[in-house]
Amino acid sequence: MITVENLTFRYSATSFGLRVPAFHLQDRERVAIVGPSGSGKTTLLNLIAGILTPEAGRIDVAGTDVATLSEVERRRFRASTIGFVFQDFALLDYLSARQNILYPYRITPALTLNAAARERAEALAAACGIGDKLDRHPTALSQGEQQRVAICRALVTQPKLILSDEATGNLDPESKSRILDLLFEQASEAGAAVLAVTHDHELLPRFERVLDFAQFRQGADA
Amino acid sequence: MNALYLAFAYLRYHWGRSLVLTLVAALIMFVPIATQILLSTSERALVARGDATPLLLGSRGSQLDLTMAALYFSDERPDPVTMREVEAVWDSGLAVPIPVHSAFSSAGFRIVGTTLDYFDFRGLNVSDGRGLSILGDAVIGADVAQALGKGVGDSLVSSPENLFDLDGVYPLEMPIVGVLAPTNSPDDQAIFVDIKTAWVIQGIGHGHEDVVTAAEVAAGTAALSNAAVVQYQRITDANIETFHFHGSQEGFPTSAVIVVPNDVRSGTILKGRYLDSENPAQLIEPAGVIQSLVDRIFRIKSLLDAVTLIIAIAALAAIGLAVFLSYRLRAREIATAVKLGARRGMVLRLLSAETITLLSLSALIAATGAAIVSRNAEAWVGYLLALGS
Repeated sequence: MITVENLTFRYSATSFGLRVPAFHLQDRERVAIVGPSGSGKTTLLNLIAGILTPEAGRIDVAGTDVATLSEVERRRFRASTIGFVFQDFALLDYLSARQNILYPYRITPALTLNAAARERAEALAAACGIGDKLDRHPTALSQGEQQRVAICRALVTQPKLILSDEATGNLDPESKSRILDLLFEQASEAGAAVLAVTHDHELLPRFERVLDFAQFRQGADA
Repeated sequence: MNALYLAFAYLRYHWGRSLVLTLVAALIMFVPIATQILLSTSERALVARGDATPLLLGSRGSQLDLTMAALYFSDERPDPVTMREVEAVWDSGLAVPIPVHSAFSSAGFRIVGTTLDYFDFRGLNVSDGRGLSILGDAVIGADVAQALGKGVGDSLVSSPENLFDLDGVYPLEMPIVGVLAPTNSPDDQAIFVDIKTAWVIQGIGHGHEDVVTAAEVAAGTAALSNAAVVQYQRITDANIETFHFHGSQEGFPTSAVIVVPNDVRSGTILKGRYLDSENPAQLIEPAGVIQSLVDRIFRIKSLLDAVTLIIAIAALAAIGLAVFLSYRLRAREIATAVKLGARRGMVLRLLSAETITLLSLSALIAATGAAIVSRNAEAWVGYLLALGS
């Protein structure tokens, strides 16, 4: 699913640098990325998603060399291939849960909002236990329910890859396990691989593989 | 469509903020437009009244007071001229004089004593009842009828202007015989009577029981005057014959005289006759007086425009700040949209859709308000001008 080779990246405004000689993620694989804050975990997710572009190296996602795509192509690629789950859920308060799930269809022409997409949203919500709360706004949902909506939003476009950035960071211990199980279950049903950044070492045994990121950080002099 | 859908969802969810922004923007658009409409209509109404009155004859003094009293029936009381001036115009054969006696009022509305020529001259039509025919009749303007809830068959009583003037100005009860169709002019706010009726109110003419009866004459006990004589305060079929005027009509007063010359030449000749500053009467062109007044008003309007502009700029800056802060608050949403693959310009389209939706709603409200003002401007201006009288 993902092949990263000789990747280097540096923020122009800071001394932060990242160098990843090699990284692979198989189809349907579930890999956790751990590491101290500021080690570049989120930066790697952004590079894989095409939000950032590397200085050098190759990032191949589902057979596409992301680094060689134009800005427009990267946006379309991101919308159609990748599902994002964020720590703060990133739901829109002015949309209902249903419309939050369908939000990706509203912001890009790469996706077409049709009856199938609406049915998929309903089915995902039912599978995540929020089928009866689709008309509620995020403020009327618990944190666990909000994260379920976010997971539905990440999966509704049938992506091949789920990028999860501290998806359980804001949840209580009991909810963390349930949400992670739900994410894995739904990703598995959709046939998607999961690459998750986490600080929660209690959850690591649930992943198939763990990547410690401290080794990739480069200082200003690197 | 998606941008519009999201914009509408955002505005609907934050309806309070949206409502305030919409109303403020609508006000910024509406106030200058409404002001412009009302001022333009006022100017047209004022100038039209002046233009429709070729010449005005009155006592020498303030031309503005004379014009306001004769054209707008205002509270100004120019010194009266005598009916001798009216006769002089008639005798010249150069114009038709129409006396306007506007010294008295009833229930807050000016009583205008005039002749039937006035109705033809102003193009006034009776919508209910009939026109003036006998002494004491009153024909009321449309606004008077509406404000007082009176119509044909009812009556009005003139207000005593000076309680201590025992010589005259007795309250006279006048039957309403007609109601005029509305014209959106000061005529709607007037009570029209024959000028002789105005003189009766003034005490120049009156009706009363016979001072000397036939029996008294036969008995040789006739008296020249009698304090017990009943003076009539209502003109009826039974007592109308007793009404009479003392003195020569040439000496009776009128507030002003509208002079309608036969042609431009006649008007010019007439104006020449009143150029002498020693002449106690003056002949003026109301259009020039009104235009001068309008020019003065519009000099004030330019100041009003400047104030409106400053307020509009301040309000727009406040709206701009509110919109900017709103966008700042939504930075996280924008970042999320970008991460989810929002197309280039999507964020701008989304924010533009919101702004345009807000401004469109505001423009719709402002346009509706402006249409209402425009539709009713003449009536409102007529009312406002009458308020100033």
